[in-house]
Amino acid sequence: MAVEAGTKSPAAEVRERMNIVVIGHVDHGKSTLIGRLLADTGSLPQGRLALVQEQCRRNAKPFEYAFLLDALKDEQAQGITIDTARCFFKSRRRDYIIIDAPGHMEFLKNMISGAARAEAGLLVIDAKEGVQENSRRHGYLMSLLGIRQIAVCVNKMDLVNFDQRVFEAIRTEYAAFLEQVGIRPLGFLPISAREGDNLVARSDRMPWYQGPAVLEMVDSFAKEAAPTDKPLRLPVQDIYKFTEHGDERRIIAGRIETGTLEVGDEVVFYPSGKHATVTSIEEFNAPPRRRVEAGKSTGVTLSTQLYLRPGELMGKAGEAPPRVSSRLHVTLFWLGRQPMIKGKRYKMKLASLRAPVWLTEITSVLDATNLSTYANRRQIERHDVAECVLETFKPVACDLATGIPQTGRFVIIDNFEIAGGGIILRADEAANTLAQKHVEAREKAWERSAIVPAQRQAKYHQRGTLVVVAGPVGTGKIAFAKALEEHLFQGGRQVYYLGLSNSLLGFGADLKDQFEREEYLRRLGEVSHLFTDAGLILITTVSDLDDDELDVLDTLNRPSDLLIINVGESRFSRRQADLNLDAPINTPLAIERATALLAARHNLP
Amino acid sequence: MHIDTHHKIPEMIAYRDRFAMQWKLNMIVGANEQALEAGETFPAGHATRLQCCTVLKTDALRRTLSGEGPRWILDHATGKYVKTVGGEPFTGVIVGARADEEGSRSKERYFSARDKQSEWDIADQPPELWNQFKTDFAPGTHVRVHPLLDWTELNVWEYIGRENIPVVSLYFDQGKGVRYRSLGCGPCTKPVQSTAKTVAEIIVELQSGKFSNIAERSGRDQDKEDGYGLETLRRDGYM
Repeated sequence: MAVEAGTKSPAAEVRERMNIVVIGHVDHGKSTLIGRLLADTGSLPQGRLALVQEQCRRNAKPFEYAFLLDALKDEQAQGITIDTARCFFKSRRRDYIIIDAPGHMEFLKNMISGAARAEAGLLVIDAKEGVQENSRRHGYLMSLLGIRQIAVCVNKMDLVNFDQRVFEAIRTEYAAFLEQVGIRPLGFLPISAREGDNLVARSDRMPWYQGPAVLEMVDSFAKEAAPTDKPLRLPVQDIYKFTEHGDERRIIAGRIETGTLEVGDEVVFYPSGKHATVTSIEEFNAPPRRRVEAGKSTGVTLSTQLYLRPGELMGKAGEAPPRVSSRLHVTLFWLGRQPMIKGKRYKMKLASLRAPVWLTEITSVLDATNLSTYANRRQIERHDVAECVLETFKPVACDLATGIPQTGRFVIIDNFEIAGGGIILRADEAANTLAQKHVEAREKAWERSAIVPAQRQAKYHQRGTLVVVAGPVGTGKIAFAKALEEHLFQGGRQVYYLGLSNSLLGFGADLKDQFEREEYLRRLGEVSHLFTDAGLILITTVSDLDDDELDVLDTLNRPSDLLIINVGESRFSRRQADLNLDAPINTPLAIERATALLAARHNLP
Repeated sequence: MHIDTHHKIPEMIAYRDRFAMQWKLNMIVGANEQALEAGETFPAGHATRLQCCTVLKTDALRRTLSGEGPRWILDHATGKYVKTVGGEPFTGVIVGARADEEGSRSKERYFSARDKQSEWDIADQPPELWNQFKTDFAPGTHVRVHPLLDWTELNVWEYIGRENIPVVSLYFDQGKGVRYRSLGCGPCTKPVQSTAKTVAEIIVELQSGKFSNIAERSGRDQDKEDGYGLETLRRDGYM
């Protein structure tokens, strides 16, 4: 009873397309379901069926529909799906990409790759084997991945004589499980993929079932509308500068995740809080447009030149702002070969942001196969799902997954690999907690001598102070810092210029540099604490130092003093420099002012 | 960069060079000189189709990317290619492989890291979720990026039509009732029966016409050799 394929449509019309994932425990018949669906709807390329049948004949093994999908050698040999395969399938209603995700535990990360792209899912359960470990794990992961439209296929009904009681027992058990993870399936379908029952049409072998066949079910999945009704979220991917033909545009580029954006809108960048008005919406080789919306990759120019970095989140004034937090409560699934541990630096990728992140608390670890939770776990093992706290040194801009999933979820990189993914449940308002906690721990562990800071001050005639020369690149900061060191040295001060090269501090726009930069700043904070605690004046330069970075330096340098000298255009908005100098620097005057400031603030005789 | 087997259909090479010149592209051509000179090829009768693909495409690609092999660089002043040796290795390539072309390509990732031997470990691929891809690499990694992975053959033609992209004339019927759907080496690529003469006609043909159900690479013979042709090639670094 094949349905005719290749539904006619005029050339101009682009048909609706939907991604669907088929998942389930190993051997429960996912690939067979898809293979048979393709064959029965005439969606297979001509000759494909014959080719696979011929291969089976040559290798003297019985033909199976799953072979149509299990295209890779290892898979046919082992009879399991190793990776996610996509295939293309058409119904009268629309075009589908069907994703066949492996059911084998070993290939969970492949299953997640497949499922994460899907807009809806079919969960397959073997009628004879019933609900298995991965049936539950996959159900839970679907919920975490944010896939809400799910139908459950109870497969291999032919092996249980199409017995309604078997079907009902599985439905009762599994529906109760899904309820716990917040999924209400759109339906339970008794099928036999191999035999073709209830696949493209209702089977007469299960007269007790009145619901839709698989094809009808799939066609009833609703296409989610682009999230244009939510607040604007445009993660800044990069800032483009064109210099040819006197072009001075600075284009803020990125993809709009949610909301809409129009020329004239006032936009705010998080976490920096800077704002400006949108002057233009830019597009290559296309007429200008005034409005863009969710799903579009775009670029905008602003009324004022802001210093922005990739990873900031653009929102709209007057709309709900994102959270700005350095302490995130998350649910996280871990795929890494090495467990996730406390005290190790990981990289978090959240939309276009890349930030160092630390696991600081494990609230509970959940066994997704039976939903029992374990408190007091010390680390997160491979395939665990954990509720935990992640902290960053600098605050990050994000949303809660329940509000705006696109900016409420993240992946974790461990040793160059995506090792986990998670969703944000809550974001604490307290900022800078990690640096503060670090300082508290440091103070506790610090074995101090009998000499107190006041004695050093009296002896050296100075207070231990970190002097940071900040401001844009190329303003002569380094030469000035060295000159200041020399002047203070000649004047009898205990002073040291710490020359961290710009490349070490990664001021480039490169995302990788941005990520490393935070780590170097953290180290700088630690090093400066040693110098200043010893009573010295430490002078260093940091290009483009911003408010949040200054917070971290300030905290790590405590309890010693910190003095900020800004050269040229200021990168600070919330905080202020103690001394602002114009670029190019008038060195003798600048040294005089800096010395005067040190003298006044720090009682230099 | 183009890996030239020197058995490509001549119009393809003319098209390549015309637009490389016109658009002032930094065009690099790679080839397996030794295999061609020694005649270790299928057209010369000294290799199977698969072996021929391995030496002329996979090996040539690997050695051109790594800089071990020579690179012929287009000199825009003369319009000729100049042989160079000792080039810097490339750490990544962007290729147009699509999931709908063939079984093994349907398993690809958008960002696919390969080791030094260009080998593809299919069972152990990085997860990709929520538009986050593997973009962190250990030193020495080579990455293949496949931005068109989820496009279909039809999408490509629709895009060509919309953006008015020039394509080689081999894709259109020149009056003999045949055209190419997929282009490769002359000896291993057959045209298909079709009278489509324009992009719009190709789109109709793919959408609802005679090709809506026939695989794009059905004219490519190396795919058929042991039933796993392209997978075998791709594990070793074929695109």
